[in-house]
Amino acid sequence: MKRGKDIGKIKGFSIQFLPYSEIKDLDSNNRIKKILSIVLGNNILILQGRLKTEEEARLIGDTMAMIEHIKDFKGIELAVISGNGNEGIWGKMKKGMANALSGGDMGAITIIGPATIVKEMKRNPKKIELLLNK
Amino acid sequence: MVIKIVTNFFSRIFSNMFKHKKDIKLGFYGPPNAGKTSLANRVCKDFTGEEIGSVSKIPHETRNIQFKEKVEIEYKGKKMIFKMIDTPGIATKIDYENFLKYKMNRKDAKKRAKEATQGVIESIKWLDDMDVVVIVLDATENPYNQVNITIIGNLVARKIPVLIVANKIDKGKADVKKIESAFPEYDVVGISAKYGKNLEEFYESVFKLSKKI
Repeated sequence: MKRGKDIGKIKGFSIQFLPYSEIKDLDSNNRIKKILSIVLGNNILILQGRLKTEEEARLIGDTMAMIEHIKDFKGIELAVISGNGNEGIWGKMKKGMANALSGGDMGAITIIGPATIVKEMKRNPKKIELLLNK
Repeated sequence: MVIKIVTNFFSRIFSNMFKHKKDIKLGFYGPPNAGKTSLANRVCKDFTGEEIGSVSKIPHETRNIQFKEKVEIEYKGKKMIFKMIDTPGIATKIDYENFLKYKMNRKDAKKRAKEATQGVIESIKWLDDMDVVVIVLDATENPYNQVNITIIGNLVARKIPVLIVANKIDKGKADVKKIESAFPEYDVVGISAKYGKNLEEFYESVFKLSKKI
């Protein structure tokens, strides 16, 4: 894995899909480590599901710590797209049960990319647009 | 031994009696350059005559947690005492080169970026210590930003009351309705911290939320 050294110079990137099952059994620490190691390898990560809110905050904190320690790493762009919460009571119950069984919000998608590659993630409730750096 | 037990008993009773008298910790959170310090300054200046921190057009001007103790806010004859806590803007990326645009030299820009990353870490750590939080958003910007959602999600998980402030309503591009539709479950108050516009509604909402804790 390329860490730090080549991050500032974009020679290409790949998009990596990570099923939730890959992180389901990891603790928060290792989940974030895994996600950041993928992003530091110049990959845009598409994660099935979403992190817990406290994990999202921790991901931001750990990203900041890495900016200080890894040369040319400037941070991440992050976006989560999920249901709009208008499912109704039955829909919410079904979603809640499904989430409890799977361990995460399977209806959500999390996109995380290195800021050197992804300039901006434009978001509205129903779509995410990725604007890449030239 | 008996004396110690009796002392502990009374200190517990007294601390519970005066628990509600403690100052309410009012945090200002949000992305960089949304106007957190401008709003905190406006409130502090109105009620103490002093400001809490400096403001700048350059992002990440606030890079340390800033406090103002014993700020007594008076609204419609009622008074509440707050400890104001102004936090550095939370971001997912910080590039020192962005500061160069503001005619800052490379060395200072790198220093500012380093301090800004530490500021974000501090802001996140402080989430646990707030009683009430005001999320300050720039009403001219897209509210569907993951940082906003993450901060609010973390406050909800900690059962901390949240008020959303849509700042910069003095600007033509400001869209308070967009913020309201992005966060329909929360009170949204449109204000201009710079010009002191609609602060009455802001104080009313802060008092309402503070009574919940």
